[in-house]
Amino acid sequence: MQKTFRIIDEDGIHARPATALVNTATKFKGTEAFAEAKGKKVTLKSILGVLSLGLEAGDSLTLITEGSEETEALSALQEVMIKEGLGELND
Amino acid sequence: MTKISGIAASAGIAVARAFILEHPDYTIKKTAVTDVEAEVAKLDKALEISRSELQQIKERTLAELGEKKAEIFESHLLILDDPELISPVKDKIREESVNADYALNEVAAQFIAMFENMKSAYLQERAADMRDVTKRVMNHLLGIHYVSPAEISEEVIVIAEDLTPSDTAQLNRQYVKGFTTNIGGRTSHSAIMARSLEIPAVVGTKNVLSQVKSGDLIIVDGLSGDVLINPSDAEVAEYSAKQEAYALQIAEWKKLRDEPTVSADGKQVELAANIGTPNDVTGVIENGGEAVGLYRTEFLYMGRDKLPSEEIQYNAYRTVLENMNGKPVVVRTLDIGGDKELPYLDLPKEMNPFLGFRAVRLCLERQDIFRTQLRALLRASVHGNLRIMFPMIATLTEFRAARDLLLEEKAKLQAEGQEVSDSIQLGIMVEIPSTAVLADQFAKEVDFFSIGTNDLIQYTMAADRMNERVSYLYQPYNPAILRLIKNVIDAAHAQGKWTGMCGEMAGDATAIPLLLGLGLDEFSMSATSILPARSQISKLSVDEMKVLAAKALDLGTAEEVVALVRGIGN
Repeated sequence: MQKTFRIIDEDGIHARPATALVNTATKFKGTEAFAEAKGKKVTLKSILGVLSLGLEAGDSLTLITEGSEETEALSALQEVMIKEGLGELND
Repeated sequence: MTKISGIAASAGIAVARAFILEHPDYTIKKTAVTDVEAEVAKLDKALEISRSELQQIKERTLAELGEKKAEIFESHLLILDDPELISPVKDKIREESVNADYALNEVAAQFIAMFENMKSAYLQERAADMRDVTKRVMNHLLGIHYVSPAEISEEVIVIAEDLTPSDTAQLNRQYVKGFTTNIGGRTSHSAIMARSLEIPAVVGTKNVLSQVKSGDLIIVDGLSGDVLINPSDAEVAEYSAKQEAYALQIAEWKKLRDEPTVSADGKQVELAANIGTPNDVTGVIENGGEAVGLYRTEFLYMGRDKLPSEEIQYNAYRTVLENMNGKPVVVRTLDIGGDKELPYLDLPKEMNPFLGFRAVRLCLERQDIFRTQLRALLRASVHGNLRIMFPMIATLTEFRAARDLLLEEKAKLQAEGQEVSDSIQLGIMVEIPSTAVLADQFAKEVDFFSIGTNDLIQYTMAADRMNERVSYLYQPYNPAILRLIKNVIDAAHAQGKWTGMCGEMAGDATAIPLLLGLGLDEFSMSATSILPARSQISKLSVDEMKVLAAKALDLGTAEEVVALVRGIGN
């Protein structure tokens, strides 16, 4: 499953929201989670990976989940994106 | 006694013995190991100890400094567990049969380089976090016994080359009375932490570490930026008295935080703050600012590789307006050019950038840039008390052109069904002498003036602010400047309008009595100057200052004006 967001936080994705995303992704043990942006795909279970995307406001970011709890994981990640004011869903 | 000077980073004075905090030598050698699994186990053990240390630091920071400051250690913990870091290190140990510290250092260096090469300044700084985490694990791998600041158990002044985020977080306020470092500036991490911990600090001394021995008696004067090594008894007494006076003063200032600014004879003025980013609003509130008198929007345009979108700007303006909670926010439209360049605009080099294509001159030609900013401002206007001002206005024609663009964008937004506030005050910066002289004509069309003294002085005196050889001509107290200021204030008042000031001069203790006497309505300064200014104004009578200002206007030189002002109260 996947969903694409547009980054709206003017600082892009920085350490605090990245920490929240990684902590959320890590909760779902049996589910793989990835972040894809600018032609690069990294695991969402790595803060260094997420920060390495160098996301800035206006960039688009796709969150991908694969595994037994992919639906729950993706909706939890979406909640973090929205609650942290990081991004909005790209329709 | 030896006295050295640095940058005053956190106010206050501290007297205590020196504690030298030195980071160990991390020279790492590559060695071949035979039992790779033992080496991996060694790494796991070091990670484990580091994890429990970080957990403790995090909890302590949370308790003492709050959630925001503790977040950094939450990220450090995640880095320690990061598969993208740990797996490659273990692979390297196993595949190359090398020592754990070498493998860790190699992999960490790649991440450090990656962060350092990022476009965003924020992400570049994450290299420091990566270094910090790596060093922590390295201590345990190399068996380095490093006396961390957390283990200090008597009153000391910490002396260091620099302090890392985890060093500062471990400083126990009960024992660490102050610190001083070789490197750093007012905005370096250690300085910011010192201010939030309210520990006096002097940074950027260049050589304090080599001048001080452990146990030396040290005075750190975070007000002046001086560090005294082994002072005499008399000096200790002098500084202790200074420290006491400062503590009393702070207590007095804090009482004024939620009070209006009222002179001794009951006249009220407004004390506002100058800000550069939405984050600065916290400081405005903490220091009792009654408004934002100057929001310098150019920071939104700097440090990036393209123009900020309308959305990015809207979010920033909205945040400031909302966080000021209905208090006025004066936003200055883009003031770029002069000493502030934007590489991506690719503007031609000019012989006299201060007299050249900058600020509103640029905005009126590059209307695409200007209109985007105006739209973002207009959309944000419904979220608070927005005031807009145009910088570098030299003629009434320029003001009218800029105003018409604003009105056009407002009409467009309303046609699109967007809500826009109808009570936005529109003003101009007065920083060009032509505008100051013709203020009576401008006052008929603007809602307010804000005098930008830094530029007004340089243009009136024809002296480049950046040129040290003519810096003696930077004379805020020159009667010529005071007369221009008076002309602007009087012109505004004649039309029932108000005048503010947002240059350095507005927060200057020598200028405040004069400005009060000239009738200035709003003083906008750096946030930390607000409480001292409020305290000063509460002791001054506007009626008496009017007499003082009238005398100053009749003097011939800046020196005479200074002597006159310093004479009051004597």
